[in-house]
Formats: sequence, C-alpha cells, structure tokens
Amino acid sequence: MPKTLYDKIWDAHVVHEDDNGTCLLYIDRHLVHEVTSPQAFEGLRVTGRRVRAPEKTIAVPDHNVPTTPDREQGIENEESRIQVEALDRNARDFGVHYYPVSDIRQGIVHIVGPEQGWTLPGMTVVCGDSHTATHGAFGALAHGIGTSEVEHVLATQTLIQKKSKNMKVEITGSLRPGVTAKDITLSVIGATGTAGGTGYVIEYCGQAIEELSMEGRMTVCNMAIEGGARAGLIAPDEKTFQYVQGRPHAPKGAQWDAALAWWKTLKSDPDAVWDKVVTLRGEDIAPVVTWGTSPEDVLPITATVPDPESFTGGKVEAARRALDYMGLTAGQKLTDIEIDTVFIGSCTNGRIEDLRAAAAVLKGKKIAVKRAMVVPGSGLVRAQAEEEGLAQIFIDAGFEWRLAGCSMCLAMNPDQLSPGERCAATSNRNFEGRQGRGGRTHLMSPAMAAAAALTGRLTDIREVMAEPA
Amino acid sequence: MEKFTPLTGIAAPMPLVNIDTDMIIPKQFLKTIQRSGLGKNLFDEMRYTQDGREIPDFVLNQPAYRNAQILIAGDNFGCGSSREHAPWALADFGIKVIISTSFADIFYGNCFKNGMLPIVLPQEQVEILMEDARKGENARIAIDLESQTVTSADGQVFTFEIDAFKKHCLLNGLDDIALTLEKVSAIDTFETAAAQTRPWV
Repeated sequence: MPKTLYDKIWDAHVVHEDDNGTCLLYIDRHLVHEVTSPQAFEGLRVTGRRVRAPEKTIAVPDHNVPTTPDREQGIENEESRIQVEALDRNARDFGVHYYPVSDIRQGIVHIVGPEQGWTLPGMTVVCGDSHTATHGAFGALAHGIGTSEVEHVLATQTLIQKKSKNMKVEITGSLRPGVTAKDITLSVIGATGTAGGTGYVIEYCGQAIEELSMEGRMTVCNMAIEGGARAGLIAPDEKTFQYVQGRPHAPKGAQWDAALAWWKTLKSDPDAVWDKVVTLRGEDIAPVVTWGTSPEDVLPITATVPDPESFTGGKVEAARRALDYMGLTAGQKLTDIEIDTVFIGSCTNGRIEDLRAAAAVLKGKKIAVKRAMVVPGSGLVRAQAEEEGLAQIFIDAGFEWRLAGCSMCLAMNPDQLSPGERCAATSNRNFEGRQGRGGRTHLMSPAMAAAAALTGRLTDIREVMAEPA
Repeated sequence: MEKFTPLTGIAAPMPLVNIDTDMIIPKQFLKTIQRSGLGKNLFDEMRYTQDGREIPDFVLNQPAYRNAQILIAGDNFGCGSSREHAPWALADFGIKVIISTSFADIFYGNCFKNGMLPIVLPQEQVEILMEDARKGENARIAIDLESQTVTSADGQVFTFEIDAFKKHCLLNGLDDIALTLEKVSAIDTFETAAAQTRPWV
C-alpha cells in the first residue's frame, strides 16, 4: 500500500498497537523547557520513577529567562527564578542533557534542537510546547504535548497516540520578491482557518517549499499548530542533509552513511492517499499581516480591515470583539495602522536568516517607533549576527540588541506590551493579551517588521525594496 | 486520578469561537511549579479588571454560574499553546465537562489526563444546550459517560462519540503511565531492535 511520509515515520515508531488502534509510539527526542516540565519531574519523584532515556532528553530554559544584558546577575522575578532553578535541579538530578542560561548554546528550545543536531530526519520529537511542530522541517514527526504526557515520555520514552489523518498542503510555483516563508504559513492558515488542520498531520510540499532554505521550512512548520494541525512535515532533501551534516549531535562516519540511506527513503509515495488537500499558488501569495486576535485573521498588506458583518456564524461576534480589542475600524487601510513597538525574534523567526532579512531593510536607517528589539533565538545565533555585523546595524538603527529567549512572543519574562501598545511582531500568536495584557499584536515576516520599524506604520515591504538605497 | 461519574449540573455559556489557552490561563500564571490552585485565575483577563476587581458581565462572575461544572463553548475551544495549565485551571475551578462543536487537539487530549470530559456535538445540539446554559440555575444538563449521552434540561438526549480507550481510562480513573509500564517488555524489545536499525538515534 502506498504511504505518506507521516505513515512511514509512524510505522517505524509503533511499539505496540491495541485492537482499537491506540498505539504506543516510541519517542526519539524529548525536548524540555522550564514552564511545562516541573510538575512532570515532580510526578517522577513522587512515584519513584526515573527518566528512561536521559540521553534522548534535552532541556533548556527559554520562556522565563530575561533577555537583558544584566541577566548574569540572576532572575529578578521570584516565580520565574524558581521555575528556572527547578529545571537546573531536575536536569542535574535526572541526568538529562542541559543548556543552562549561562551556556552560549542556550536559546529557544526549537532553535537549539536543530542547531545542535538533535533533530534529525525520520525521528519522533516531542516537547511540552505546541511549537514543537518546527522540527517537522527536517522530515521528523514533531508535536507538542501536555505536561502529563511530558511525564509519560520521561518515564516510558513513549506516547499513547492514535494516528492522525493525512493532509497535503502544496505551494506550487515560486514566491514573488518580498514574500517569505512566514507569508506562506500565515496565508495557509488564512485559507484553512485555525481549525482547518485539526485531526491532521500536514505535509507541506511543492516547488515553493522545495525552494525554501531549512530555516524558512522551520518557519512554515512552526505555525502548523496555528492551523490546528498537531504536526507539519516537509520531506528531507539535499538541503536537509547538508544542514544536518557536521552538527554536534548528528551521526558521523559509517552511521552517517547508514542514516543518509534511510533518510533518502523518507518521502510520500507518488500514489499516496490524502484525506485532505489544499493547494496555493506561490505567485498568488502576498506579504501579509494579521489584523485581529487569531492567526487566521490574516490579509495581504494592501487590504483593508474587514467588516465583521462580512463573516458568518460565530466569527461575526469574534471579529467584532477583535476589532474592539485591536482598536481598529472596518475599512481602514492596513498600511494606515500606526505601530508603537517592533519585536523581532521567537521560534518562528529568530534564526540567522531572519536577522539578515531584517538587517538588510534597516541598514543605514533609523527607526520611527517608540521601541524596537531583536531577540536572537539562541546564543549562537546572537554570536553569529555579531560576527556578521548585523548586531551593529540593529543598534545603529535604534533597536535593542538582546540575549536569547522566548521574550515578547509570550511575555513571561519582563519583555511585555502595555495596554493599548501596538506591536509589529515576527512571532506566532496574536491572541488577546499574548504579548502583555491589552497589548495589540500584528504578525508578519522579519522584513515586514523591519519596514514597519522604519515608517512607524504597517508597511508593504515591496515599497521599501523599490526605494533607491 | 478520580473516576468520572455521572453528573448533573449547571452549565455556563461561552459562545465565543476560538477561545485559546492564553485566554483560559494567561502566561503570568504559568510560573507555578504545581498543578493546583489555578482556578482563581481561570479566564483571568476576561474575569478581572487590571486592578483585580471582578468584571460583573463575565459569565463565571454571575451568581448563577459560580458553581458551574459544565461549559458550553464556541467552535475550536482550547486552541493555541499546549499548556496543561488550561485544563488544570478549569478543573480547579470545578469544571468537569466542556461541550463544543470542536476542540483543539492538544487541549482535548490534556483534558482526559485530568479527569475531565470534552464532548463534541453537532452545531444544532450545541445551540440547544447553549440556550439551556443561558437559563442559569433553572436548567441542569446531565452527562453520562457510560452511555455516552448528554441530556438537555427538557429531556432531549444527545449521544456523543468517544475513543474507547479514553473512555475506559476516565471511567476507571486509570493512570496512563502505570498502564504503559505494563508493556515495558515491548518497549525494551523495540529499543533493542532500533539500536540495530537506527543506531544514530
């Protein structure tokens, strides 16, 4: 029977299957951060259980850590400090791999995993974090789990799962100038809705996906969860293998050859059967921004704020509420929306290529917003950006140059919006209160966020690109 | 985990679609290292003003719904972050059942780990129950997991689907980890074989 990539990875990891189809799935990599793990480790202590495979478990604090240069002096917020200290202690007591705050390799867990070569094609990867979908860019089956499941994986290295359905999202053709991976992934959510992928694992494919770099592919898969899908996948290819080769935890020598031989088989069969297919033309995708409080509230930057009455069902009331929360009026041009703050970072767009794209827009210019910050996804991304001179471009433009962490994506650390403060953000969620109570978030690509920083309003990157240097 | 037993209770109406886990429990309450005590911050930013006063219009602040055990919610309830703090906060408040047309996948799974039952019903049945819920204490909804039924205030019976394994665990209050550890020899066998076929993992 022909199989999808998801079918193949699934089949390679089934430990046991019950009569009713409930499976025990083996987990190759378990990533852990400080927010969703303390109760799980405590559960192990209470029951006297151990971590079954500490060598496959990788922990890093990211959500709570301050990103200001003074963080070596410790975390001021007591609860945050306790949570990070709990991870320090749990990592030590249970003997898992650990990148503490003081380690240059520390960063957002979904950036650290691929960077260190923990994430490899064909693996199952889980983390108590919905953006685990990021790792699907390698052709790994990667998804978020709850804390009870974190404890289950720690104790058994397996997860109780029922198989999802197969969904194919194909992006044909090539992207136009100024259009990025972020615009692809937001446009897909705009087309399918935030529940469009519920119950499915998505495989992204097509020429536009193949043409993306590994980092772009991570951006696409990262937001599979915002489309409701548990996981997003992209078949591994030469770009994937090149990206992986030589990383600290990637296989070497004869093991590399053996791995590569298997990885090359990891693609959907041509006659594989899909439960749902969505196709977008790459040429039709525009630079987009979100206007509301759900990632599905997405429109091309050339559009106007929609009228809530133009929706149907429960979405009418939701859109009314969103416009009220966002302080917007139906019919307003998106490019007339003024911005207070710009945030560049997160597991969606905190990698080196994202910083390069933003810096290319900002080079030699000054920001026109009240505040702007760049938060690199890891200490190594930060170091590389400094080496390439990107950090200086950001600083000269008026950006704050921060240390690595989740930062203002979810504002668990001191990086928060004030009520009514409007932010152009490269992160993944524009929910009410996400970046701080009353804060207003517009999601977009790094280049678009940089353009907004220069003009002080939502801006079409294509207009900035057209300007003479 | 406590066994899930038949329940007749007050239902609170929350017709808003796409209620996300950031709304259910905002991030400032994720700093706890415990599971308990989150009920007072359930829906915090919808429920309280910035200076901590109750917002009277919010459904769970209304006298009729302070003891609600059931939520009737709009489409795609629990989307967003995987935080299990969301079902912890709901359970700590006293909610045992959530009824909607659809749930986000991770949230749905997390409910079962905490003795809670998320029920998916068709739009028209959810609307009937939403109307019941709007009547507050004057309308009680009954849930029976064994027979997989929801009974509206005026006696209409709706049946719902549920995975047999999840039902079994909920009815018997079973601990997943203990169940899985009964299969530890299968895990050992798998690991031994995988060490041969995929030694780089």
